Amino acid sequence: MHRLLRRSSVLIGLLACAGLAQAQNAHLARNLAATCANCHGTNGHARGDMKPLAGVSAEKIVAMLADFKSGNQPATIMHQISKGYTDEQIKLLAAFFAAQPASK
Amino acid sequence: MKHVNLGRRHWLGAGAALAATSLAGCAGLSGGPSIGRVVVVGGGYGGATAARYLKLWGGNVDVTLVERNADFVSCPISNLVLGGYKQMSDITRGYGGLKSVGVKVVQGDVTAIDVAGKKLRLAGGGEIAYDRLVLSPGIDFMADQVGGLQPALDSGRVLHGWKAGPQTVALRKQIEAMPDGGVFAMFIPKAPYRCPPGPYERACVVASYLKTAKPKSKVLVLDANPEITSKKGLFEKAFKDHYTGILEYRPNAELKELSGNVGKLEFEDVRADVLNVIPPQRAGDLARSAGLLNINNRWVGVNWLTMESTAAPGVHVLGDATFPAPLMPKSGHMANQHAKVAAAAIIQLLKGEAVNATPVVMNTCYSFVTGRDAMHVASVHQYDDKDKTFKTVPGSGGVSVAANQIEARYALSWAENIWADSLAL
Repeated sequence: MHRLLRRSSVLIGLLACAGLAQAQNAHLARNLAATCANCHGTNGHARGDMKPLAGVSAEKIVAMLADFKSGNQPATIMHQISKGYTDEQIKLLAAFFAAQPASK
Repeated sequence: MKHVNLGRRHWLGAGAALAATSLAGCAGLSGGPSIGRVVVVGGGYGGATAARYLKLWGGNVDVTLVERNADFVSCPISNLVLGGYKQMSDITRGYGGLKSVGVKVVQGDVTAIDVAGKKLRLAGGGEIAYDRLVLSPGIDFMADQVGGLQPALDSGRVLHGWKAGPQTVALRKQIEAMPDGGVFAMFIPKAPYRCPPGPYERACVVASYLKTAKPKSKVLVLDANPEITSKKGLFEKAFKDHYTGILEYRPNAELKELSGNVGKLEFEDVRADVLNVIPPQRAGDLARSAGLLNINNRWVGVNWLTMESTAAPGVHVLGDATFPAPLMPKSGHMANQHAKVAAAAIIQLLKGEAVNATPVVMNTCYSFVTGRDAMHVASVHQYDDKDKTFKTVPGSGGVSVAANQIEARYALSWAENIWADSLAL
């Protein structure tokens, strides 16, 4: 009984930690994506000549940014900006944009 | 008017009903009672974005924006108005978007801030209380550093055009009224100042206008700095490729005194038809009167995790007024990014939660070198926990290979997107 209690409290603790970490990651992803909004629109809903990111799959965004970083994809500016973000940060912001409703 | 005599009990009852209604209203809107009152002063790139993102991310935060002007007028793109390539209506946007997302917009001037009492006073006598204050006061001028400048500015004879609005309109008129064969002299202050590439962009687009409209005229660029402070190689190329014989650039040419149509440098007097003086700058008057200028008696030091002033707890300061992190420009783009760091932090502080320990900000500045060619400088800044500041990421950022028409399209799209992002358009 005692062991069971202890085990379940550890489990609850772990779950709480996971929940907290998830919330922190969600905020982090949102904050990172917001650094793109000046050009790509709030939550990725871009206007004019800028590329919308809202609703684009995370895999596609990660791949595009990797290509900008490596130089495989020529660009006017994104090859310079993409190198400022870590791969982990790119995964987070890509997941955020993928979860937004696509631009109309 | 019909007088209804209500007893004290009725008043209380009515008050209670009203409170219940407003609580229900809050709950219906964003899922709970208000987590706090945030007042934002200054509706430029920093303040507008802070108000917008506090509502976007906080929802149930009471947000009031106090701004002295009726409309937002953008400094970026305003040089194109001076060149005649854009109109004031192209760079002017309203605050209706912010109102529609629940920001209370108050047009007025703040006359005093009571940091200890957490309230501010408006011209006309009203007071607004807050739990956290955001100041985005922009810059004001240190006109006393140049003899004769203040009276020249006060009379409207000499214009700075470094805050977009009536100054932009008046400076355009001076340029249009200049005789063919006249001289447009521009004076650039020592860095740091608002928008590092801005003066050189202005020199280019004014020269571009004069080249066709008044081809015998000259643009004289008198720079207090030892060299062009931003996009140096690209601007030098633009001066040479487009404006040889029209535009003359002189470094180490600091304006000491103004007298009539003459600008006095250390060893030389410069006579011009239009004198455009960009004065030396410091954080806006509001930051000064609140006692926040704790760096060189000129700028506001901030905690980069929250944008909170290091001089006044509970007061978050954004944009050009801050003492910048290394290589961080004073730009509208950067002020928008500051605002997002502040908005995220304020919401978490109001909730008693930990703030983001790894914020990132980035900057993009486009500059036009003709009416139709533009170029950029970009940088990404990651928070460094050891040195408690933002640092640019090695290998990232940079400038254009060359100014061109594609980047001009991006420059205008940048403006459209950042205005929408900042003002909830």
